Amino acid sequence: MSADRIEREIEIEAPVDVVWSVVTEPHHIASWFTDSATLDLRPGGDGRFDFRSRSTGGPATVQLRVERVEPPRLFAFRWTHPEGAEPDETNSLLVELRLEPAGDATRLHLVESGFERADLGQHRSRADHDTGWDVHLGRLREYAARSAVRG
Amino acid sequence: MPTGKVDTETLVAAVTEPTRRQLLDLLLERGESTVTALADGLPITRQAVSKHLVLLDRVGLVEARRAGRETRYSVNVEQFDRATRSLGELAAAWDRRLDRIKQLAEAVHAQRQERT
Repeated sequence: MSADRIEREIEIEAPVDVVWSVVTEPHHIASWFTDSATLDLRPGGDGRFDFRSRSTGGPATVQLRVERVEPPRLFAFRWTHPEGAEPDETNSLLVELRLEPAGDATRLHLVESGFERADLGQHRSRADHDTGWDVHLGRLREYAARSAVRG
Repeated sequence: MPTGKVDTETLVAAVTEPTRRQLLDLLLERGESTVTALADGLPITRQAVSKHLVLLDRVGLVEARRAGRETRYSVNVEQFDRATRSLGELAAAWDRRLDRIKQLAEAVHAQRQERT
């Protein structure tokens, strides 16, 4: 297994256009991912996922930059780069979501890559930590506790 | 050093980069070592070893100890465990997100079917 990437595939009993809208529309993203989301869905467009921090109760944000949009087959973005920095392969992770029709269903393929990069980017401040993965994972643990999650 | 405060993603990037992985392997094997001794075992310069160790120190993965004129490095095992678990946590996070996407898409689809 490569340490550089996370790779997953699931099959969804819904047509590809429905899955596309769930994956890319902010009001849907707000329910599978964050409290609220904004997204300029075109290459180079910016997105912003807002959370409520579990530790402070205050707002926290993850910025993302759209890389590729090929409806209804491919949505790719970069994230976790330091705030204000231009995301590239040295300072961010690339998330690619690929959709493929499988009869009436859809296969959704996820790759998150870039873990093996040499440069860790700027050292983040304490304030930035609060907008990062710790908050994020805490949030997901809440989800996991609320809903029966397989595996 | 607030080692518990480094975010998961930075920690994962720190351990997954191939040269740093080698350095950590060597340190785990030897218990403690110096920049010079580490560089001897690897096809990279002392400067490069030093740079990686500074990074690893910053995220709490190694600890530096002065011994006479030398600085000796060792792995912070607790933080190392946390880092190796982290990649698994990030993957588990995606499992949960994908699961939510599946539930949502199937619910939206079912609603549309009912309407027609």
